[in-house]
Amino acid sequence: MLSPSRPSSTKSDSTHTSPAINDQYSSATGQSHLTQFWAFIANHPKSIAAVILLVSMTLFLTLNVNGHWDFALPLRGKKLLALMVVGYAIGVSTLLFQTLTHNPILTPSLLGFDSLYVLLQSLLVFFLGAISFTSINPIAKFTLEIVLMFGASLLLFQLLFSKSSQDLTRLILVGVIFGVLFRSLSALIARLINPDDFVVVQSASYAQFNTVNPQLLGISLFICLISGWFIWRWRYQCDVLMLGKAQATNLGINYQRLAFGLLTVIAVLVATATALVGPVTFFGLLVCALTNRIARHMYHSERLILVSLVAMICLVLGQTVFEQVLGMAGVLSVVIELAGGIVFLLLIFMTQRH
Amino acid sequence: MSLFSHRAHTSVKESSSLATASSSWQKRASNGLSLTHRRAAIPPWLMNTGSLIIMGLLVLLSLSIGVADFSWAGMLQSVISHSANSDSSLMLVSRMPRTIAIILTGVAMAVAGIIIQVVLKNRFVEPSMVGATQSAALGLLVVSLLFPASALIIKMGVATIAAVFGMMLFMLLIHRIPPTDFLMIPLIGIVFGGIIEAVTTFIAYQTESLQMLSVWQFGDFSGVLAGRYELLWLTGGLCILAYIIADKLTIVGLGDNIALNLGISKRQVTWLGVGMVAMMSAVVVVTVGMIPFIGLVVPNIVSRVMGDKLRRSLPAVALLGASAVLLCDIIGRTIRYPFEVPVATVFGVVGTVLFLWLLLRAPSER
Repeated sequence: MLSPSRPSSTKSDSTHTSPAINDQYSSATGQSHLTQFWAFIANHPKSIAAVILLVSMTLFLTLNVNGHWDFALPLRGKKLLALMVVGYAIGVSTLLFQTLTHNPILTPSLLGFDSLYVLLQSLLVFFLGAISFTSINPIAKFTLEIVLMFGASLLLFQLLFSKSSQDLTRLILVGVIFGVLFRSLSALIARLINPDDFVVVQSASYAQFNTVNPQLLGISLFICLISGWFIWRWRYQCDVLMLGKAQATNLGINYQRLAFGLLTVIAVLVATATALVGPVTFFGLLVCALTNRIARHMYHSERLILVSLVAMICLVLGQTVFEQVLGMAGVLSVVIELAGGIVFLLLIFMTQRH
Repeated sequence: MSLFSHRAHTSVKESSSLATASSSWQKRASNGLSLTHRRAAIPPWLMNTGSLIIMGLLVLLSLSIGVADFSWAGMLQSVISHSANSDSSLMLVSRMPRTIAIILTGVAMAVAGIIIQVVLKNRFVEPSMVGATQSAALGLLVVSLLFPASALIIKMGVATIAAVFGMMLFMLLIHRIPPTDFLMIPLIGIVFGGIIEAVTTFIAYQTESLQMLSVWQFGDFSGVLAGRYELLWLTGGLCILAYIIADKLTIVGLGDNIALNLGISKRQVTWLGVGMVAMMSAVVVVTVGMIPFIGLVVPNIVSRVMGDKLRRSLPAVALLGASAVLLCDIIGRTIRYPFEVPVATVFGVVGTVLFLWLLLRAPSER
């Protein structure tokens, strides 16, 4: 397992390098405005990301509308909102999970948490039947799913981290295999139920960014606001948590309570994102790796905002490019999985070298 | 040959402390040897006879289960009177080919699994964890799109070459991983396979051939009829070849220094093994589709009982592989009778549970 000192060392590195870079740039008088421009970008990642996000949102809403504004705007607005909710949920949940486990490689979806949610959905369909499943109030259904998800993910977390916490590779491998097991079980259940129910399960178990589930938009927004409020209150405690469990307890953090709270938020956010678009294995990892690369400090007040912005940009800009420019609406999830998988291998090889 | 291998083993036991590069395979190999010497309660012939009887029962069960009306009495009558009736034609066209295909696939995947485990000196890999089956599917997709009219044997050839390339790329990737970190290799393999699969899905999505792809990605025996599975006999030949070179494979699995010392060309055996695994994976993907985890679970279970000497354990691996797939196919056929659940789905559940059991009970290396 990576030592908890790594984040703090990265933090001191980055805070030291950016003024040093500035000195270097100002001393080199021959360097023109271009380098200053790059330094400005490197020093203001949040504002730059916000500007890029605004531009991509505008593009997403306006590209190729051809005058049918009254039709296109509400439709695209809903989709935009859903994509941003998903970006926030996946980015923040992954970041918090990495803080909780002191590890920049672990993500909830890598350890099978989103497959667990899909399995729960299939089990509900299996036991209740699709008719009663779709006729229940979607909000009541979603609440039920989230409660189940919370209990199940607590169990999974307990199982993963009590048995094999001393060996990171074993932990990831066991998590990955649990993910495969949950997916196979959902596939098996999908085969056992009748074809009508099958469609319900099938649509839930593939990642799709171009058809998001609009019914849950209201409650997802509500969840985002509530969770955001909690997380923002915990941001300093999370910074302390990154020093490691022993240090955090020593500095007066109620570790059990904070870990429990974080795990609750993670479970709820994973359930939200998976309910909206389906399981995406490597997106969180990709976004968090990007964020850790461009963030100036490891403080959560900076990285939480940055990771949400980066995730939203990836989804909104990516969907704009693939849907409107290239004309391939369903491909974004595949491309993200591909890029994320390669990032994962790179991270593994980098930790191997240390 | 057997005398030679006996000598090889005794010398290995003496020099086991000299082995430099320690791998999971090696550690387990030495453990396994002492284990079998200590606990010789199940001799190979008993184990193999037992497996053979179980397999025979499963074959009979597999032959008698199905949606169409079938009675053994009618079958017997047709044999006695030398005339074809509905029972015998059902047997010859559908039931028999299906059962043979299941046995051949189970044998091939299990044997391919143990070969790749020896070649990579890692217990937790199998053809779908080194990119072999995924690359085969990619090659198959590409050749079907570019030359849709090409013969099945050519498609299989292209899939084999693609699988060899995929495994080469994987071996290049894990080249720097120290052999002590033996769980890293399956982890990288799973992600590597996922990346190849994503590329394949992307191509299939763009060319609207996802349906064609899903046939190769989900192993399923429901489409097997006489005339559609005969390519699988090739894997039977490859398994016999594996038995012929079993001793060489065992020695290569014991480590580079020992192989060199005993005069085995490691490079030659490795390439032969890679080629055989690629061909078996390609044939299985072409005819029935991917079935993950057989090649992983079956050799692990057998080596727990019988040790790692391939000449002794290979028949048991083959028999248990066939029985495992037969059992899962029977479960798939009966669990939602008269409908069928693909064998890959059933084995996905059974195989992952067994793999998790193996992972969680295997002691940590550190």
